[in-house]
Amino acid sequence: MAAKPKLWYFPGRGRMESIRWLLAAAGVEFEEEFLETREQYEKLQKDGRLLFGQVPLVEIDGMMLTQTRAILSYLAAKYNLYGKDLKETVRINMYADGTQDLMGMIMMAAFKPPEEKEENIALIVTKAKTRYFPVFEKILKEHGEDFLVGNKFSWADVQLLEAILMVEELNASVLSDFPLLKAFKARISNIPTMKKFLQPGSQRKPPADSHYVDLVRRVLQF
Amino acid sequence: MAGKPRLHYMNARLRMEPVRWLLAAAGVEFEEQILENREDMEKLINDGSLMFQQVPMVEIDGMKLAQTRAILNYIADKYNLYGKDIKERALIDMYSEGIADLYEMIMRLQLFPLGEQDAKMTQFRERTTNRYFPAFEKVLKSHGQHYLVGNRLSKADIHLVELLYNVEEIDPSLLTNFPLLKALKTRISNLPPVKKFLQPGSQRKPPIDAKAVKAAKEIFRI
Repeated sequence: MAAKPKLWYFPGRGRMESIRWLLAAAGVEFEEEFLETREQYEKLQKDGRLLFGQVPLVEIDGMMLTQTRAILSYLAAKYNLYGKDLKETVRINMYADGTQDLMGMIMMAAFKPPEEKEENIALIVTKAKTRYFPVFEKILKEHGEDFLVGNKFSWADVQLLEAILMVEELNASVLSDFPLLKAFKARISNIPTMKKFLQPGSQRKPPADSHYVDLVRRVLQF
Repeated sequence: MAGKPRLHYMNARLRMEPVRWLLAAAGVEFEEQILENREDMEKLINDGSLMFQQVPMVEIDGMKLAQTRAILNYIADKYNLYGKDIKERALIDMYSEGIADLYEMIMRLQLFPLGEQDAKMTQFRERTTNRYFPAFEKVLKSHGQHYLVGNRLSKADIHLVELLYNVEEIDPSLLTNFPLLKALKTRISNLPPVKKFLQPGSQRKPPIDAKAVKAAKEIFRI
């Protein structure tokens, strides 16, 4: 029987969180090894398992995969969350890349100086409300289906739920003008594997705090 | 018969150039709608043609595709430059993402040449010769084949060779200690569609100059 996928990363969301979400959505159990010291990180680099010297690293099916998008695409394809043909796959990719851009802003915001924090958050919420959420509200409105692509649960739905919840942590009322996204959020959250992941005690990680930021700075030395 | 793909971007390499390279390598003729100024960009935004109000945008097979990665992966899939299965695809994606990261550094150097130029250039050189080039040289050495993945041409080879040309324009000496990369560059450059693309008069764009930097800042508001 195949071993569980193994994840190497800091004990926080960062670039690994989307991978945790996707594995969870697919109902796949996974193990985690947390990098907390510079020494652990350097050992990982010296071991030659990090193609470009970076994490996230996921060991799966005999491969040492790095590069977040490569890992996510592999998982989506393996667990049938990538559409039924090229045209569906490209739409899933477009939607996932868009939400990744938004979530990337949130991830970077944690590492900006504290005096810029409020301004950053405001900018992120504005981008969410004017650039990203309207797109997905429109998509859902146009086809009236339960899922973003092909009337079937896909990676795009997982990413969008993750992004919605992350933005709501910054501004609880961000979905007030997006009724279909509100319904989408409720619906996807109720999918059994998602419901399980959203419960306390799962492998979902909390938002970055100063302790996490300090740890990452220490390990990556920046 | 389907129309040719149509690329919407400014008259510069930046984020669209990998798409031009890939289509050219696949032997696919394409048209270009050039954005000359901010008004052109705004017209495209107001048309509703840009999913997240951004370019690159490529019209292909009845779709208006956004997000560079989604576009490149669609083209690669369609023209059989994406490996034979999801494991090969994962390797191709991993390599492509690393290449994209280094290319991102190059674009930053080109667009924001003042200020931290020296520090950024030093970091770029270091990353090129200590992180990225050794990784790809090692991959080629490990299997001794003519292509990065699966003994067959893929998007990873095209992106890498494009990167090698970009690095060479900055400083040819950066390729000195990488004989297998140099051999790959020669080999791929000699493939008939690539050879054609490398000749004057093709749709390949020239290195960015001060005028194009200024235009990019105006058109993209960066």
